[in-house]
Amino acid sequence: MLAKRIIPCLDIKDGRTVKGINFVDLRDAGDPVELAEIYSREGADELVFLDISATEQKRKTLADLVYRVAEKVNIPFTVGGGISSVEDVDILLQNGADKVSINSSAVKNPQLINDLVAKFGSQCIVVAIDAKQVAGKWLVHLVGGKVPTELDLFEWAKQVADRGAGEILFTSMDNDGTKDGFANEALARLSTELNIPIIASGGAGNMQHFSDTFTHGKADAALAASVFHFKEITIGDLKQDLKKNGIAVRI
Amino acid sequence: MNIAIINYGAGNIQSIKFAIQRLGYTATLTDNVSEIREADKVIFPGVGEASSAMKKLRESGLNQLIPTLKQPVLGICLGMQLMCNFSEEGATKGLGIFDVAVVRFSNVLKVPQIGWNQISSLKTELFKEVLNNEYIYLVHSYLAPLCEATIAVSEYGISYSAALGKDNFYGTQFHPEKSSSIGEKILLNFLEM
Repeated sequence: MLAKRIIPCLDIKDGRTVKGINFVDLRDAGDPVELAEIYSREGADELVFLDISATEQKRKTLADLVYRVAEKVNIPFTVGGGISSVEDVDILLQNGADKVSINSSAVKNPQLINDLVAKFGSQCIVVAIDAKQVAGKWLVHLVGGKVPTELDLFEWAKQVADRGAGEILFTSMDNDGTKDGFANEALARLSTELNIPIIASGGAGNMQHFSDTFTHGKADAALAASVFHFKEITIGDLKQDLKKNGIAVRI
Repeated sequence: MNIAIINYGAGNIQSIKFAIQRLGYTATLTDNVSEIREADKVIFPGVGEASSAMKKLRESGLNQLIPTLKQPVLGICLGMQLMCNFSEEGATKGLGIFDVAVVRFSNVLKVPQIGWNQISSLKTELFKEVLNNEYIYLVHSYLAPLCEATIAVSEYGISYSAALGKDNFYGTQFHPEKSSSIGEKILLNFLEM
């Protein structure tokens, strides 16, 4: 049986791991390669590296990091953050990334999804969507959640799937950093309306939240950062808890 | 031991090279026919779309070489699918090593299948000391149905071939290089054949 996935997310700035609380107030939580190895040993199913640095050397720093992670880690990992061209993706995949995640660049140029899928295949193209509710409507936001758009989450997600993306990583900015649980209602709707895997992100605070997002939120995978980085939840304990609740996990 | 990873421009092959390194061996990425022919073990990777990958193989003449290899050969993911007769993806004629046609998952479940699934009905030395129901990592939209060459079974809506084997040829739909310690065990079994 296909297992539900637990995915620690490592936010990277200038080659170091950080985590934003509601996308601001960054705290340092260690060396990415070391953390990746620890998570892999603890039973993480996948890793996501999200590069939030904005320097000119960014591209090279990230490619170097990808190479170092690929050398050490025996589980799949996704890289995202500022990726905006076929060439960007090519470099990251060649350095050993399994998948890439695109976000703002896909909104600005939706054709990029088709181009990437045509060149590299659906299996390695994740489209990340940040959204929050504005007057009862889920609106897509850009640039790490800072810039609102008029795009409806569900319409955009449908378009993303139709253009061939392999997965959607949905972050609810209303939930992110709150530790009050994932946005399960919106997640369940995405998961029901679309025929590609949905990764839940934003709001993990305790183990029950993960159970809830797999059952009520119908998510295929759940992503979290700070609860893992600050050892509030260990992946081993989390998976035992999920198994106890009848959820298929790899132990 | 000479290990050749066939490099024909089809996706992330760095990971396989690194996985082999972690097992204490060294592998060469190559598209050189004589280098591949003389290797002790050959790994045939591949991600992406079937017809364009097959086109690249034809351009370099590797489509002629691979079926004639005598040493152990391991196709991974799309590599395994291309070793079959045919793939529905891009209506692609394959290398014809495994007598089966690759088809797309029906739309009952989400496609692609992405993540960790279990393998059972394990056969051949490739799965030496690997237990039934261990989890391996897969990402795919197309599958090889069960057939005579099936040496591992997985289930996703239907039962299908998680691995194929015939003579010196092996293929895994899953990525041993990304399947944690179980994947490393399977890769090591292959390297030590």
